[in-house]
Amino acid sequence: MAYDARRDCPQLPDFSVLKRLARDQLIYLLEQLPGKKDLFIEADLMSPLDRIANLSTLKQHEVDKLYKVEYKPIISTSDQLCFLIRPRIKTVKWICGKYIKALVLLTDVTTDEWAFYLLPLDDDIISLELPEFFRDNFLAGDQRWVRTAGSALHLLHSIYGPFSKIYGIGRCSKVTQVYIKKHNAYYDTNTGRRGRKQRSPDVDFVTPLCSQVVYEGLVDDTFRIKCGCVEFGPEVTSSDKSVKVMLNSQDKVFNEIRNEHFSNVFNFLSQKAKNLQMAYDKRRGMDIKQMKTFVSEELKGLKQEHRLLSLHISASESIMKKKTKQDFQEMLKTEHSLLEGFEIRECTSFIEEHIIRQLSMIESLRLLCLLSLTENGDFYGMNHLLTFANLKRLGLLVEQQPGETLTVMESKVGKLVNDKTAGKLTDAFSSLAKKSNFRALSRKLNLVPKSDEEYNLRVPRDMAYIFSGAYIPLSCKLIEQVLERDGWTGLEDATKLLNGHEFCATGTNGADVKGKSDAPRIVLVMFLGGCTFSEISALRFLGKEKGYKFIVVTTAITNSSRLIEALLDSHM
Amino acid sequence: MTRTDEEEYWNSSKFKAFTFDDDEDELSTLQESKRAVDSISGLVGGDEDEDQVEIVGWGGEPVDSIVWSVRETAASTNQRPERESTPQTNTGPSQKSRSQSVYSLSSLFRGDVIVLIFSESSALSDSTTGRLFAPELRKPKSEYKEEWVRRVNCVCVCFQVVSLEKFRSLQEKLLLLDYSVKANDGNVITAVLIFLKKTLSKEILFQELQSRQTALRHFINFLYETEESGLLLELLRSLGRTEDAALLQYKEHQSISDESRRRDFLKSCLRPVNPIGFLSHLLERQIIMERGGKVEIFQKVPRKSSILNMPLVTTVYYACVYHYNEAEGTLSSPHNLRQTFRISEKQFFVTALAARAKLKAWSDVDALFFSRNWLGPNRKKTTNSAPPKVLQDYVGLVDDAQLRLSLAHKHKCHDIVINTYRDLKDRQLLLGYRTKVEVGSEADSRISQLLDNPKYWKEGGAYL
Repeated sequence: MAYDARRDCPQLPDFSVLKRLARDQLIYLLEQLPGKKDLFIEADLMSPLDRIANLSTLKQHEVDKLYKVEYKPIISTSDQLCFLIRPRIKTVKWICGKYIKALVLLTDVTTDEWAFYLLPLDDDIISLELPEFFRDNFLAGDQRWVRTAGSALHLLHSIYGPFSKIYGIGRCSKVTQVYIKKHNAYYDTNTGRRGRKQRSPDVDFVTPLCSQVVYEGLVDDTFRIKCGCVEFGPEVTSSDKSVKVMLNSQDKVFNEIRNEHFSNVFNFLSQKAKNLQMAYDKRRGMDIKQMKTFVSEELKGLKQEHRLLSLHISASESIMKKKTKQDFQEMLKTEHSLLEGFEIRECTSFIEEHIIRQLSMIESLRLLCLLSLTENGDFYGMNHLLTFANLKRLGLLVEQQPGETLTVMESKVGKLVNDKTAGKLTDAFSSLAKKSNFRALSRKLNLVPKSDEEYNLRVPRDMAYIFSGAYIPLSCKLIEQVLERDGWTGLEDATKLLNGHEFCATGTNGADVKGKSDAPRIVLVMFLGGCTFSEISALRFLGKEKGYKFIVVTTAITNSSRLIEALLDSHM
Repeated sequence: MTRTDEEEYWNSSKFKAFTFDDDEDELSTLQESKRAVDSISGLVGGDEDEDQVEIVGWGGEPVDSIVWSVRETAASTNQRPERESTPQTNTGPSQKSRSQSVYSLSSLFRGDVIVLIFSESSALSDSTTGRLFAPELRKPKSEYKEEWVRRVNCVCVCFQVVSLEKFRSLQEKLLLLDYSVKANDGNVITAVLIFLKKTLSKEILFQELQSRQTALRHFINFLYETEESGLLLELLRSLGRTEDAALLQYKEHQSISDESRRRDFLKSCLRPVNPIGFLSHLLERQIIMERGGKVEIFQKVPRKSSILNMPLVTTVYYACVYHYNEAEGTLSSPHNLRQTFRISEKQFFVTALAARAKLKAWSDVDALFFSRNWLGPNRKKTTNSAPPKVLQDYVGLVDDAQLRLSLAHKHKCHDIVINTYRDLKDRQLLLGYRTKVEVGSEADSRISQLLDNPKYWKEGGAYL
């Protein structure tokens, strides 16, 4: 792929400032409680916290012991306890009720807010680490996190300068816009030249439901990337230990393959392996001086590369094995047919078979949702709830293949899902289906490229490569269009299908935005409700083609299983 | 997937050139590079573990990681390392009662809440309050206290929000609610709703919420989270959302552990939701099945677990294993289940096949196949444990040559592959296949024999 196709790409701002800021504030809060204290951390804050501070930071500020918040009685010997939690009713109740009533001498209880909004996961990815945004906001209609999203934007604004233009679509982004407007009115603006675009995914469920085939997405689907860190199990490390690896642009090997379609990854890796071999071979026939230079200058880099390479090769191998087991090829074919809208009968029977043989419940649900989304209104679609419910019942009540690890859990969840989630999903999707119509939309925006020519994945011609040429994520297409048109003009047909709520606002310095040559080149894209690695890859591709730098701000990184799991009823 | 198979697929579709199926080429490239890389490690020497690169420690977590050092509260007494064995004190009952009375958290929330909500709503029209949105990290605590209280409004939900009680009339309260909704701050909405819940009668609150959808959704979510299912049920019923109400009841029933009580509960549930009625039937059957069945089969194939509360198809599977030959009139017979629950033919077939194949009851399997005439991919799974001879017979029955080939490849039915290649007159493929069978085996000699016999290859002369 052509890297840095355009020279005029601006540099990305340094987001490590965000980490420093969050750390400083955490330290400030810890200092508010002088003396030794035990720190209780909520489970889902642990990984983000680890990215920001480390144990010695905490120890320096007299944190004695660390605990996980677990809704169980607390046994602590410290006379100061500090709780680091998300504002959730359940947690607060637990702390107030169980703990304060039951134990421990305390002289004072104070509450403070740790204004931790943004966790930079990479040079161009910033996450709010709020996976529940999706469920709370889109399923329950609870707006509690909207302010958080607004504050996050505000933080960016105050550190990196104002946004010059703002485009947005979706109900939720409009809500957030209220905050932006206020900031803009209030803030003195000076230098910022930054376009910002924001959308909420109540407009696109299709993208996260498709299997990802870009390397980073596949790693996420297969191993689950958590806060930019992935744990490779024994099957990858070929030892009995697991390894945690940071996946970001610092990893040279990963950086080169993360956005590639999986089919290119093998070649790339084997080429890399050959080069590495050659680099090592160079030292044969070196004299001592050369050898010395080699050891001091090159060897370390080579060794590092070597380790990364062998890790990614093993990971690819493991992905390959897993996917082969799952009939992945058939699955992809089905997904692609669904996207294109042909051979729906075959797809349905594939899904049915998938269900009858009780493969993975999540996968079945995923395919069903995809089917109903893409075929909305058609013979097999959402309007045939009975078929849908029947299929579901079939699937969820099927005997599991013995020996599968999930068996027990699945059959338990299965019953629940049959009723509850079915209802939930149906609600979520049917309300969506009424508003949007995938076929019409994909025709309007040309989301599914014409199928008469072959798609060369080695030299991708558009963003569709991230789904093997089958589909361009709606979000990415919209971003492309809006940037091209500098607004929503001409997209009215599409936005109508998306239930409108689009807006475009010019920052206070918008008046003096100079000529076209000076148009914003750094684009901040905010996904409310989450985005997938595939979408990020697509945006990186778009950026390279058009000379933009995209910064992705998302409430969380999502994928199909996270999406569906969020709708399962386990945590209610 | 064989090469021909693949070609056929790619011709009919535009998606090019990559398959996740058993593609040996791809996988072998990968393994080759892996070997290459591994071989280098010999050169590098054993000091690899010294440089840490980007990797967060090979033994799992980095030494300095927070996650690593967190202990879980419950297990903390057992897991506490010896080096930190601090003596345990302070947990006596005398302290308990003392701490209870010492303070009340509601004292934290003085009059601020009202002010904040109003500054919130007025912020809509007046941009000067934008100041509120500027968090300053190093401000002394007293200065940002106001802002802080507003932000952690959520915290106040479990305390009394005393200050709101100045709002006496219904009209004022509703206005308060509308303002909070307009301010788009979920936490404030929730706080106001808690206040309304305390001060209004259910009937009025429910009625007013009906015309305020955002607030209603917040309220429902709040009740879910605080697990006030009684009130929630009432709310849902008053809104006419019977289905949601039934689902809520259904969720409740999950906590009933006694089977008969659970069945009765299900029966008493509202009818509009089909699956619930269905479940109570199912549970009824399962209770019958749990008690019946012939001892010999249970000895032969011990049960993994009780059938109670299992999904329908698991039940059918169970019936196919333990109650297969019972008369159709019996409530535990699989055929009876099939009729009662209207299980599709295909579903039943696959399930029964899996069950009978597991018991190695090949005559039943035969009967199923021939009565249904079902041939095709369903076979893949069910034939897993069958002896080679049986397998070969089944695979041989597949009509479509490509499918037959790929199945035969998968299950190593050499004869079928060889015969198919012979019939296709594809000498190249047959030559290729020879490398996959054991040298000197029966299949190997058959291939040589075929290759040497020109009569098979005459018409396909291209390769001769």
